[in-house]
Amino acid sequence: MDSRDKVLDKYNSKIYKNRKEHVIEIDGGEPQVIAADTRAIPGIMTNRGCCYAGCKGVVTGPLKDVVNIVHGPIGCAYYTWGTRRNKAKGDENTKDFTQYSFSTDMQETDIVFGGEKKLRQAIKEAVEIFNPECIMISSTCPVGLIGDDIHAVAAESEKLYGIKVLAFSCEGYKGVSQSGGHHIANNGLMKYIIGTGDAEPQKYSINLLGEYNIGGDGWEVERILKRIGYHVVSVMTGDGSYADLKNAHTADLNLVQCHRSINYIAEMMKTKYGMDWIKVNFIGLESIKKSLMDIATYFGDPELLARTEAVIAEELDEIEEGMAYYKSKLDGKKAAVYVGGSRTHHYINLLKYLGVDVILAGYEFGHRDDYEGRDVIPSIKIDADSKNIESITVTKDEANYKTFHTPEKIEELKAAGIPIEDYQGLWADISEGAIITDDFNHFETEEFLKLLKPDIFFSGIKDKFIVQKSGVPSRQLHSYDYSGPYAGFRGALNFAKDITMATYTPVWNMVQAPWKSEPTLVGSLGGME
Amino acid sequence: MLELTPKKLSDRSTLRINPIKTCQPVGAMYAALGVHQCMPHSHGSQGCCSFHRMFLTRHFKDPAIASSSSFTEGASVFGGGANLKTAIKNIFDIYDPEIIAVHTTCLSETIGDDLNGYIQDAKVPEGKLVVHTNTPSYVGSHITGYYNMISGFIKYLSTATGEKNGKLALFPGFVNPGDMREMKRLMKLMGTEFIMLPDTSGVLDAPMTGNYTMYPKGGTTIPDIRDLGNCEMTLGLGELTSEFPADFLEKKCKVPYKTLPLPIGVENTDAFIMALNQFSKNEVPYEIEEERGQLMDILLDSHQYTNNKTVAIFGDPDTVLGMAQITLEMGMIPKYMVTGTPGAAFDRKAAALLEKFGIEGCTAKQSGDLFELHQWIKNDPVDLLIGGTHGKQVARAEDIPLVRVGFPIIDRYVHSYMPIVGYKGAIRLAELILNALMDRQDRDCEDEDLEMVM
Repeated sequence: MDSRDKVLDKYNSKIYKNRKEHVIEIDGGEPQVIAADTRAIPGIMTNRGCCYAGCKGVVTGPLKDVVNIVHGPIGCAYYTWGTRRNKAKGDENTKDFTQYSFSTDMQETDIVFGGEKKLRQAIKEAVEIFNPECIMISSTCPVGLIGDDIHAVAAESEKLYGIKVLAFSCEGYKGVSQSGGHHIANNGLMKYIIGTGDAEPQKYSINLLGEYNIGGDGWEVERILKRIGYHVVSVMTGDGSYADLKNAHTADLNLVQCHRSINYIAEMMKTKYGMDWIKVNFIGLESIKKSLMDIATYFGDPELLARTEAVIAEELDEIEEGMAYYKSKLDGKKAAVYVGGSRTHHYINLLKYLGVDVILAGYEFGHRDDYEGRDVIPSIKIDADSKNIESITVTKDEANYKTFHTPEKIEELKAAGIPIEDYQGLWADISEGAIITDDFNHFETEEFLKLLKPDIFFSGIKDKFIVQKSGVPSRQLHSYDYSGPYAGFRGALNFAKDITMATYTPVWNMVQAPWKSEPTLVGSLGGME
Repeated sequence: MLELTPKKLSDRSTLRINPIKTCQPVGAMYAALGVHQCMPHSHGSQGCCSFHRMFLTRHFKDPAIASSSSFTEGASVFGGGANLKTAIKNIFDIYDPEIIAVHTTCLSETIGDDLNGYIQDAKVPEGKLVVHTNTPSYVGSHITGYYNMISGFIKYLSTATGEKNGKLALFPGFVNPGDMREMKRLMKLMGTEFIMLPDTSGVLDAPMTGNYTMYPKGGTTIPDIRDLGNCEMTLGLGELTSEFPADFLEKKCKVPYKTLPLPIGVENTDAFIMALNQFSKNEVPYEIEEERGQLMDILLDSHQYTNNKTVAIFGDPDTVLGMAQITLEMGMIPKYMVTGTPGAAFDRKAAALLEKFGIEGCTAKQSGDLFELHQWIKNDPVDLLIGGTHGKQVARAEDIPLVRVGFPIIDRYVHSYMPIVGYKGAIRLAELILNALMDRQDRDCEDEDLEMVM
């Protein structure tokens, strides 16, 4: 029996029937199908979070000049206060509210009599104290149940105070994971913010989508892009701002890092503004090189291409020696990677470069296209849970619509391998024989750890100490264990250094007490020495 | 840092900014983790469970296990009964705990799920148990959830058989495993037989062995929870946290109770030891006397560095009151005492404490938040800040040293292993406070004033 069957066989028949579609072994033959983005099973210790976590926690929360008021009891605001490492920095023109947590702190009377009055008052107080240009309201579970009309309150407040006020109905019970919340956030930003600014278009300007600046990743990517000569109009949303987002439509090209959380915007901007998007990955040397060359090729300016090559060469030169050293320490090791909805794939090539093979992988809230590639989208059946998440349609904005290339040129670029409107799935890079588990849970984590014995395990805080206590080095790939950046050339070196440290810390050699392996009683038997 | 916080106080009745409390379910989850072989279960959307596990794990740097009913929109409309039924079956099938401790969320409370009914109808394997408590997130705080869960265990399990067991029932308050260990050590030294609920020592400070076990050695056992009903008396430590379950146990099983402040500082620990002495009728052993004497020695030796220093203390109500007590004992002035947890008793107790020490001009506030505390400090600063991790922003903004005490501390290590209760805990607190103040003096003074001997 192989490892997959050994684990699945321990389930009762009902769970087995469900999970067998989510757990597969890569066999390299026919394109493999996996079940994803479906309900978690009650009682199974899933790692998933909720719709609110995806909307406020991931997408809208990092917008620094926005007062994000969480409408609900206190917990949800509390848990998303400074916990995701989406670094931000304000300046004299940009207020930074990310150090603050705002909540209506709903009480029992609000649940009984409705919370709209309280929300109105909270907005009033936020305006009086902070005078923000934009306020966003995020709903938590009870708000949708008691029927507070946060959208009406937002519209009313917008008029009253002359500022932008957005509402997101991202109650935790919606959808099946964080993923629904990403979509809801995307809809709101697209509908009400993007396209409302009037900045002058700049040459070679780009938006960076799905980059949350965890551990300063976005800053490292921006540093490289600016070195080459791009103008970054907006970053969605790490260290991003309402002020920048308004002008996102003036860019020439959208770069998409985490497509799972933000591709909706990229697609809608293509329809509305004609802006192309390409999939990028700034994690891992080969991916960064390819992404930078793809961008330069898209713009097609020989000078830009030359500068890109020069920057790549210089950046590589800076880290080469270090990378070679860490590779020598890590070569031949095996890893498990379980993160998010795009990130697992992002790290595979970096690990490969370091000689580390990924033998166990999966996503927390990925969809089938994140595993199988974008081509599979037309064949994905929309179930009832997904239908509950609104999908908006946009139309061409005649005034702001512009195309950078002719359709013929786009086809030519696509044929040359530039990932315009395209991304591959995990299948493209995962090794033969690897076990994939979608919506990985505690039980499978523990069982596969025992069977496959990876040398290092990448996931989040809830697993970290479970894995570490099993004797396996464990690093968080959501928070980078408070290190980073991991993006860009320098980030790759940080990553290599961190996982080498995790693997070689002297403590691993001391875990077993000497009396567990050596006899502690010394005596003689029958008078003999 | 926090540049947008204005010095000028404004009339703010509704907008909560930078809270000093979180919601009930996380407290319930913590309490349930202090029961041996127990799976805490969150009856709501899976996000709640994820947030709470994440938060507890970040504080303890140890696995915090829990399962969820994983509500979808359908369950929110039609009720979560089917989800709970499935969850209970799956949890026993896969994770095999002895007991599942269900707590509710604002979601399941708002739709009015009937947990009593669901649990009665659930198929529970022979010999296994399911208990529950109601923890609506829109009432109270994590402290409320903590004592509600303790009461939930009592409600389902504790019984008075008519035969007393000679033991003391001890509710430790919302404290770390390190504190629970220290309480147990002191009770053993006093020759007191006891049952402590919950007991997270050996669970959330479990040792690294190379083998992960889902249910570590620690935690209050189910037979012990049942036997709580036969205890001679209850001692509830942390009056604002432990009175509720103590009262509940009295009502259910006629176990008389007494509550005391958390044994933080000299007098509070004295009161704890005296209570144990009266209960067990055993003399206080020299070992405890020696520890107390050491603490006295330290406080006398060092008093000049703490005398009249002003301090702002924030956190959970009983922890803040305990910290106010020890700082007063060290000659300090607890200028601001703030808890996010609602309840007027906090204000009354803080006032009584100040009166006892003859201190005026200090402010205590329940249902407060860090934003307001920061504004107070901007207007009238303090020498020291004491509280959890979230105070680090204020500490940095106003350049005030922060001594980390309480919950949550998500940016430091070791704290959950070390007690703040008992004389030993007071010695540790004295060291933390003295080091913070004296390091500060060393940092701030002129070169010519740097003292080699202090």
